[in-house]
Formats: sequence, structure tokens, C-alpha cells
Amino acid sequence: MIETKDINFYYGSFHALKNISMKMEANTVTAFIGPSGCGKSTFLRLFNRMNELIAGTHLTGECLIDGENIYRKSVQVDELRKKVGMVFQKPNPFPKSIFENVAYGLRVNDIRNRSFIARRVEESLKAAALWDEVRDKLKKSAFELSGGQQQRLCIARALAVSPSILLMDEPASALDPVSTSKIEELIYSLKKEYTIVIVTHNMQQAARVSDRTGFFMLGELVEFNDTKKMFLNPEKEQTQNYITGRFG
Amino acid sequence: MKHAEKELQALKEEVSQMWKLVLSQLEKAKQAFLNGEIELAREIASREKRVDAFELKIDSDCENYIALYSPVAVDLRLVLSLIRISITLERIGDFAESIARHIINEGGDRLEPQIMEELQIEKMFDTLINMLSDSFVALESENTRLSGKIMARDDEIDTIYRNSFDILVAYLQKNPARIRCGLNAILLLRKLERIGDHCNNIVEEIVFYVDAKVLKHGGH
Repeated sequence: MIETKDINFYYGSFHALKNISMKMEANTVTAFIGPSGCGKSTFLRLFNRMNELIAGTHLTGECLIDGENIYRKSVQVDELRKKVGMVFQKPNPFPKSIFENVAYGLRVNDIRNRSFIARRVEESLKAAALWDEVRDKLKKSAFELSGGQQQRLCIARALAVSPSILLMDEPASALDPVSTSKIEELIYSLKKEYTIVIVTHNMQQAARVSDRTGFFMLGELVEFNDTKKMFLNPEKEQTQNYITGRFG
Repeated sequence: MKHAEKELQALKEEVSQMWKLVLSQLEKAKQAFLNGEIELAREIASREKRVDAFELKIDSDCENYIALYSPVAVDLRLVLSLIRISITLERIGDFAESIARHIINEGGDRLEPQIMEELQIEKMFDTLINMLSDSFVALESENTRLSGKIMARDDEIDTIYRNSFDILVAYLQKNPARIRCGLNAILLLRKLERIGDHCNNIVEEIVFYVDAKVLKHGGH
């Protein structure tokens, strides 16, 4: 389970996230929606401490994963990122073979057992619904795959190190409708084993794949509700104006 | 106003036009029945095609709106309500036409004024017309405060309908030669009772659109 308590986040003097408290249950899909610059991606990156890579940032409040504050000094970021995988907007395979892309996380974690790695690569590619398409060309370059396949490869790469949480920052926004549909189906099937948090600009996508939806605006969490409730009868007028296109 | 909002307003306006037409059909049905005006009944029957055309047009326009604009939240509720309201209005229109056909087929053979008064047929018509016009105002003003009162009138209709059986039985026992006329009266009363149910359904749709509450079948 992921829980945040009174999160405030600053880029220098810019107050990007304001007093955000929410809970995301295990094995659910949570979608964050909101206009550009509203803070949804910043909030997502809190969960694997990616924001720390940006100079001049500052955080207050607590971010708990399975009850543990991931910003405690004793928490090792490498260990955290094994637990919390991430997939980005643009597929970013490494300039390696398909097999080595998926095996990469295992190798950097000093796993040397070849049969274990091979098994894990196969399991991950199957979980990412890519195995049948690449099983005969595992040694080929990842760049030979289509955009949609590359994105599923990146998901397989994230799954290989057995995370419990998967963060997705607009994972289908650069893909065609067929690939988008495959990613959405994948998200739906993965939630049996993973807790998934997805940032998307596509509201229909949020409606289709998520159990809960959070609407962000100007760094504030305006509403966090069941997705069905959010898209049929949101509680806040701001949410309604945004999802019906009357925003602004 | 954005393009999508204008399209939605146009849909609502179409349903309003249909509503006015059906309301006028019902008012004319009342007049034709109470006064035995066969010409007016013919007019109702001929205007039924317009009601049907409205339903087809609204159905198609709502389908297009959903396909093109993927409405959510209040917009989705409005489109769903408009589809269901137009179907219900069409059914009310059918009943008005069917009353008109009865008047045409039966010529001048009508119940005596005294028994019509006893059966409260005029009151039934008036109550239904009020239900339909008040629910029209509720949709136009997006105000459901009066929904309970409108729906309570359906109970009045049901009570009149239930009481009409005993009144008609007593009448027919005294006037066995009027059996055909009595049976026609029962059919008419049954139609009016059903129109009351349909008016209720319309109010439920307005409450669904405005308040996002489901009232039908006890709601949830």
C-alpha cells in the first residue's frame, strides 16, 4: 500500500505540491489526471525518489510504502527502486538485445545464475504480453521492435526485478491505438500482482484502466475518488469542469 | 460556449420540441375525448408521425454525440436521460394517438357526462398534463425540488384508476346495453394510468441527470 501524508514539494521557491494526503491500496490501479504542470508527474516521481535527481528540490511530509517512510535516511534508494518500477512516456530501451534489456536489472543486482535469468526474462516478457512476439528473436536489438513493443519491453524490464509497485508516466501517449490497447490490457492484467500508479492525459484511458482516479490542479489534489464515481458524478465542480472539457 | 456544449444544448432543444408536441397531443386528446371532436382526433392521429420522427432523430443525434464527444459525468448523464426521455415521450405520444383512434372508431358513441365525471376522466387528463408540463420545467430549469410532488400525482392517477372499476361495474349493471362503451372506457382509463407511469419515468430521468440519483426500481 502507498500512503502520503501532507506532502509539500518545492522546485526552488515554486510550490509544486500542496498538502497532499492519499492512500493507494495494493493490487489496484490509480490514475492521476490534470492539466499540464498540475503536479501529477512530480507526485508520481515521489514514490521512487526520482525527484531527488533534480537540484534545488525540497520535500516535507511523509511518503509511506507498506508502512515505511521511503524518505528515511536508512532507506537505500537502489533497494527502493527494485520495489518500485517505472515506465516512461517514451519507450527507452537500452542499445542491447531484447534479452539483455530485460536481464539488465537482474545483472546489475549481481544475479549471475544463467538459468534463473533466462527463466525470469521469459516470465517478465510473458507478463508484459510480449513473449509470443519476440521469443524467436531474443538476441536481436531492442531497437528493431515497434514503438508499442518497445514500451512493453520496458515494462518487462521493470517487472524482471520483481517490484511490487509499477509507476507509469503517460505510458501510451506516444503509441498508436492498437499498441495503446495492448498496454491498457496489460495494465488490467498486471494489477493482480502489482500496485499500479499511472499518469495520463487521456481521460478515457484513466476511465478504462483505473480503479481510483486523482484529479490534480495547480499542485493540489482536487478530488480522489472511485473512477466510476469520478466519471459519472464527480464530487467537485472543478473536476466536472475539467473532465467535461469546460476547464478554463 | 464550446462546440461540444452547443451540440449538447441542441440535443436538449430537440427533446424540448418533442416534449411540447407530445404535451399538445395529450391536451388535444383530452379535448377530443371530452367533447367527442372527431376532426381533432384525426389531427392527433396524423401528427403522431412527427412524434416518431423526433424519436428517431434524437436517438441518432445522441448516438452521434456519444461517438464523437465521449461525454462523461453530467454530460453523459444528460445524453443518457435524453435518449430515455425521448423513448418515453414517444410512448406517451402512442397513447395519445391510440385514444384518438378510439374516438374516431367509435364515432359519437360516448359515455354520459355524469359517468365521465364520476370516473374523474377530466381530472386524470389534467393531472397528466400537469405532470408532463411540470417535468418539462424541471428539465429546463435543471431543478428537481418538485420531483417528489410531481411523482406523487401518479399515485392520485392510480387511485382514480383503481376506483373506476367499481364505478364502471355498477354503471354496466344498470346499463347492460352500454357494455361496448364501458369496455372502451376501461381501455381509456388503462391508457391514462400508463401515461402516469411514463411521466414518473421521465421525472426519474431528470433526477438521474441533475442529482445523479437512481430512483427507478427503488434506486441505489
